[in-house]
Amino acid sequence: MKRLLPLIPLLACVIGIQLLCSATDTLYYLTQMTMSAYYSLLIIGLCVLMGYAGQISLGHAGFFAIGGYISAALTTHSLVSFQDNSLVKLLDSAGLLLSGQTLYGEELLVVNPTLACFVAIVAAALIAVFIGIPVLKLKGHYLAMATLGFGIIIYRLVLAVEYFGEADGISEVPAFPLFAGLSVSGNFADRVPNYYIAWGILLIGMVLLLNLIDSRVGRGLRGIHGSEEAADAMGVNTARFKLQTFVLSAIFAAIAGVFLTHYNGGIGPSEAGVMKSVRYVAIVAVGGMANLWGAMLMGIILNFLSLRGVFGSYDDAVFGFILIVIMLFAPNGILSINVRHQLRQLFGRNKQDDGEEA
Amino acid sequence: MTSELFIQYLLAGITYGSIYAIVAIGFNIIYNTTGIINFAQGEFVMFGGMIAITLLQFMPLPLAIGLAVILTMIIGALIEICFIRWLKSPSVLRMIIITIGISILSREVAVHIWGESIRSLPYFVGNEITSISILGARISPQVLWVVAVSGLMFICLGIFFKTTSVGREMRACASNRKAATLCGINTKNMVTLSFILSAGMGALAGCVMSPITYSQYDMGTGLAIKGFTVAILGGLGSSGGAVAAGLLLGVIEAFSVSVVPLAFQDAIAIAILLIILFIRPQGLFGSKEASALKEF
Repeated sequence: MKRLLPLIPLLACVIGIQLLCSATDTLYYLTQMTMSAYYSLLIIGLCVLMGYAGQISLGHAGFFAIGGYISAALTTHSLVSFQDNSLVKLLDSAGLLLSGQTLYGEELLVVNPTLACFVAIVAAALIAVFIGIPVLKLKGHYLAMATLGFGIIIYRLVLAVEYFGEADGISEVPAFPLFAGLSVSGNFADRVPNYYIAWGILLIGMVLLLNLIDSRVGRGLRGIHGSEEAADAMGVNTARFKLQTFVLSAIFAAIAGVFLTHYNGGIGPSEAGVMKSVRYVAIVAVGGMANLWGAMLMGIILNFLSLRGVFGSYDDAVFGFILIVIMLFAPNGILSINVRHQLRQLFGRNKQDDGEEA
Repeated sequence: MTSELFIQYLLAGITYGSIYAIVAIGFNIIYNTTGIINFAQGEFVMFGGMIAITLLQFMPLPLAIGLAVILTMIIGALIEICFIRWLKSPSVLRMIIITIGISILSREVAVHIWGESIRSLPYFVGNEITSISILGARISPQVLWVVAVSGLMFICLGIFFKTTSVGREMRACASNRKAATLCGINTKNMVTLSFILSAGMGALAGCVMSPITYSQYDMGTGLAIKGFTVAILGGLGSSGGAVAAGLLLGVIEAFSVSVVPLAFQDAIAIAILLIILFIRPQGLFGSKEASALKEF
């Protein structure tokens, strides 16, 4: 349980921030904190893939978009005109469709958000398996370009397909009722509950991943990062481990996409853009690659600052700059600059790594 | 499809194909000397076009293009000196991320200097509606400029690598860096030179293509992906392969317009890239042994 201990101060921080914001009447900060928490969910998933398994992905905004767009499209586009379709009838009789009325009094029949969420996540997982099997055989530049290509294809698709709203994206996505009256929505009244929903999901994700990297699988993944051949020789099923991690991180991205889309009430093509994927990679790099806590912390801080508009029109430039500076001067992340270097000097090992850093 | 239309598509394909080939050769030059894929390759093309457009306000076209190419070469050299020269055997992942960062920074610099508007150089000869007839197809003379300049660049590059001593030193550095160092070649300077060469080629391509394809701050990523596709397709490191693969991709893209919607045109290059990566990573024209030899 020791590895989960840092969760307690984090939880205290989360509650503290909410109380502070309520007390000082600055609840609007919670909106960005909620969004940052969802982005961080994607980032910790990517962190396991990049930092622990050592596989770069420049297409994770694609999985985020798959989750968000499928959920948004299913819960927003009316199925009234397909009412005679046997599948629609079956879903309706199973209680998986919601009927209602639009603002203009037209009849509306959409998929239940829970089912839509499920479909979105399964779709992302299946696509990740389908893409992952061939892609993960590649290494280095080839892997980077292939995942980048995947991201661009998804971007082109959402931009060109009418069902996904083309350049406008999908708006007026309904709330996502969870349980006990809680629902994921952007209503002002729901701000505080939604803040806790987002952080609850992020913390659950964190616990799952912390347990994962401390398990047999986690050790296998670190072996792959060190040397794939050596890990293979030691009996680690490298292909399966890499694929599982890829799919897991895709699922994290899709969940983040689904929830953030319901929270924002819409999604646009920019969420699928290459720049978003690069930004996620940048944040994982800043956090220190194989450092879940660092990735989560940086995910929250940088996304929060970016969403608050602190960087203004230099938003992308700031992330590009961070990426270069971190990779040039501190490839192990800013959290590890002093501590690790000193530790290494103390024990005098990893000389080779030191040379690389210098 | 009538024969005129066929030739029309073919010529359009060759035009774009020669640009892709130039970008791919730019990738190859840097890859051969450093083992790095420079993700900022497309930005050199963008800088070339954009700088030339700005300079055109102050000087005649040939001078503007010449100066733009030189300035882009300096940018290329600066990038290498600032970000790459002093790293000691960096990991591939690190180099990928650094060059991606450079590409983003260049794009952001460009958008803050030139804005998001789409610009273009004037046609070198005539204007938008000037056309000449080739085998019944009507094309702009600019197309001939693109093909001729690309061809000339390819030939000059070949001569440079074969006959000049600097070219030979670069080739030595490409085939075995350690051995080249032992022979007294300053490999670090060769790497800088490869960035300069690659930037200059990209910039010149960016200038000649600008009247047809226009220049915009974010054109780099798309070009880089296509250039990379071509470089892989032709076998990474092989210039001849890059030309053949570039023309092939250009023609496939041009003809695909008659089958799939225009919005998906970019997706075709990427789909080809993915298929090639999965099936034949050493490229269509490259064999494993040839890619090990790394001939220019």
